[in-house]
Amino acid sequence: MIAIEPLAATRNACKLCAPLGACLALRGVAGAVPFLHGSQGCATYIRRYLISHFREPVDIAVSGFSEATTVFGGGDNLRSGLNNLARQYHPELIGIATTCLPETIGEDVGHLLHDFHPEGDVPFRTVHVSTPSYRGTHVDGFHATVKALVEQLAQGGPVRGHINVFPGMVSPADLRYLKEVFADFGLEATLLPDYSETLDGPQLEEYQNIPAGGTPVESLRAMGRARVSLEMGRTMADAGTAAVSLESKFGVARRKLGWPVGVLESDRFFAALSELAGRPIPEKHAKERGRLVDSYVDAHKYVFGRRAVVFGEEDLVVGLTAFLAEIGVQPVLCASGGESGRLEEAVKAVAGDAVDGIVVKEGMDFATMGEMARGLAPDFLIGSSKGYSVARELDLPLIRVGFPIHDRIGGQRILHLGYRGAQQLFDAVTNTLIERAQERSPVGYSYQ
Amino acid sequence: MVLYPIADALHLVHGPLGCAAYTWDIRGALSSGPQLHRLSFSTDLREMDVIQGGEKKLAKALCQLIDLHHPKAAFVYSTCIVGVIGDDVEAVCRQVSALKGIPVLPVHSEGFKGTKRDGYRAACEALLQLVGTGSTEGISPVSVNILGDFNLAGEVWIIRDYFEKMGIEVVATITGDGRVDDIRRAHGAALNLVQCSGSMMHLAKQLQEKRGIPFKRVSYFGIEDMAQALYDTAGFFADKSPGIVGRTAALVSQELSTIMPQIAQYRRKLEGRKAAVYVGGAFKAFSLVRALRQLGMDTVMVGSQTGLREDYEELRELCDEGTIIVDDSNPLELSSFLQEKRVDLFIGGVKERPIAYKLGVGFCDHNHERKEPLAGFTGMLNFAREVYNTVASPVWRLTPRGAMRDRS
Ligand code: SF4
Repeated sequence: MIAIEPLAATRNACKLCAPLGACLALRGVAGAVPFLHGSQGCATYIRRYLISHFREPVDIAVSGFSEATTVFGGGDNLRSGLNNLARQYHPELIGIATTCLPETIGEDVGHLLHDFHPEGDVPFRTVHVSTPSYRGTHVDGFHATVKALVEQLAQGGPVRGHINVFPGMVSPADLRYLKEVFADFGLEATLLPDYSETLDGPQLEEYQNIPAGGTPVESLRAMGRARVSLEMGRTMADAGTAAVSLESKFGVARRKLGWPVGVLESDRFFAALSELAGRPIPEKHAKERGRLVDSYVDAHKYVFGRRAVVFGEEDLVVGLTAFLAEIGVQPVLCASGGESGRLEEAVKAVAGDAVDGIVVKEGMDFATMGEMARGLAPDFLIGSSKGYSVARELDLPLIRVGFPIHDRIGGQRILHLGYRGAQQLFDAVTNTLIERAQERSPVGYSYQ
Repeated sequence: MVLYPIADALHLVHGPLGCAAYTWDIRGALSSGPQLHRLSFSTDLREMDVIQGGEKKLAKALCQLIDLHHPKAAFVYSTCIVGVIGDDVEAVCRQVSALKGIPVLPVHSEGFKGTKRDGYRAACEALLQLVGTGSTEGISPVSVNILGDFNLAGEVWIIRDYFEKMGIEVVATITGDGRVDDIRRAHGAALNLVQCSGSMMHLAKQLQEKRGIPFKRVSYFGIEDMAQALYDTAGFFADKSPGIVGRTAALVSQELSTIMPQIAQYRRKLEGRKAAVYVGGAFKAFSLVRALRQLGMDTVMVGSQTGLREDYEELRELCDEGTIIVDDSNPLELSSFLQEKRVDLFIGGVKERPIAYKLGVGFCDHNHERKEPLAGFTGMLNFAREVYNTVASPVWRLTPRGAMRDRS
């Protein structure tokens, strides 16, 4: 049932609104609390959505600016909201993101903040970012927030030896892994954002109003003095990003790298680090690579020639495509709800031999994805748990990666990056295919 | 979101994408037939639409979706910016309705703006446009509408089954497992049974005022409340349906005899444990306090988001002295109560779950995302099992606060 004319409506969206990305990014700054200037409903929905994935407390303050108050603007709501928040949470930083409503009436939050003087005696900083949802997805909101943080906080000065890393919307497990890799190379790195602890924390004895962890504001300030910025994600724009801004303002060199998903993309990543650190790849990681390739060989027949539908955030889709192509799986549809305009080019750049068999689709929703997938005879789907309705309809296995994972536990612990992440992905893909075959087999072999 | 469970209607969110994406399939509202309500449709307004207005896109989206899915009716939910950009949603709905020959109803103020109460009211207003448009021929004088149950995890089926066993016809279930045609003839029922303090009260009141259909407030949760609901209804029909009271008593005692032995087992394990309750409506809170008492547990904190003053007075009376009563709380307040009161169980919505878990406290979801039916007599057994499963789990011993509780 493929509609001839493109539908005006989005059916089962494969994207979320920009303030969600903003809240996620702000969760990765130490002592920060996200604050939405907009309707209560937006904050409620976003909290619920994030909590169901991370299974951690996610507090999001909101100005409660409603349609009724649009006549006078939301200045009063904003000011009293900020003061309340400061009193209750004692944050070091409040990140203010706008929702659709104030953006539609053209409210100038920057201006409102300019005149704002906190009531209490505890000082806090504010950073604001404009995130109307009718202009971009949650990923755009995420990147815009990272950029706003850098632009409003980073300072220049004599260059120091550290590097900046903008990892993109990866999992807490990915962030922990990246930190380990940088440390193993002896590189002092500031990751922004870093929600590896704040959104994947331990049991507590005393409740923490703002969970511990995150990029310290101090380090954020020093980002203007780094020797280089690594911006991860092949679909990142070459203008208007955090790293671009640091380059033009403070002359911090920018280097763009793909998400290291799979061996080949990880090789490129490790080569770049090796060059920056001036030392070879640490043995631990070289060994992980060795074991990974060994496992590829052991299991190549289970996966070769299988067909996959890949969906999710654009950079993840690119990374997964690189990984699947290198193990001999044919990605037949690479889809995202995002609309960077750069997905196709990025996918083709990493797809190797698989390139001719791939349909790339931006601005996708799940209903359309299901309709297209039907004709492409895939063997499995790989992407977020929101693809489950399609997987169920087509009776195909879904390998859950990325964000969100709402119907399994452990979304925050999925490791996608590096040799270690590729190992987990590879085992998951292979075992899923074996399990399927086993379930369907009339014999029930117990050796595979 | 109270209209979503109407399964053969099209539900289109007119606004930017996020609003619809967040509500896609978040409720376990089940349907025995069509599944159209589980799809999430949005006009996904973009910058150009915001500047130029979204009416054209809305009309096009509606027409295409109606042709594609053949719904019995369509609901259009306007989000907060639609008013600001000046779309005349009513006019578009009227046009499309005339063109496609099905009711197309605008729902104002649904969840994204205003309070929950405003949203409920708006939903009821939309329903009122449907009720009364169908034929009431053949409806028994012993008949009810079930209002305010969303059929989470199939709860409405359980309740419906009880009433049918008592010899009562259920005309429409609104909105759980709801059907447009049933709702159109809902004015033919003799009595409306309204669950929950909030969502469908306005509809019930309006139907009483305009059509003279009386209503009763009921709760299907917990043994006492469930039995009360059945007896009240039987009492109402006692003249018209001889023997109904006896049939009801038999039904209740039969149901009780199946569940009580198992409940008693759980009770032995749960006796004396402490619970905190924080749910949407105050009515639900009453039922929970009673149900927990049935399990031998003390409720040391109770609160709701939308309770009214009378509700809190009633809660005060119902609870023991020393029980903390909270109104419209926030995460910080809840976490400090949990620490202070050293509870074993927290009952709330999914947003509160991580707070409880972080502090080593067991948790049951009593809001819209639950997957196990908690209504009716079987529901009570499920509830007892769920409470037991979380309170008695050995994992708490490994957590710092659980260990603290063990020592004290
Ligand atoms: S799309 Fe806009 S109005 Fe809707 S939840 Fe997101 S920010 Fe709020």
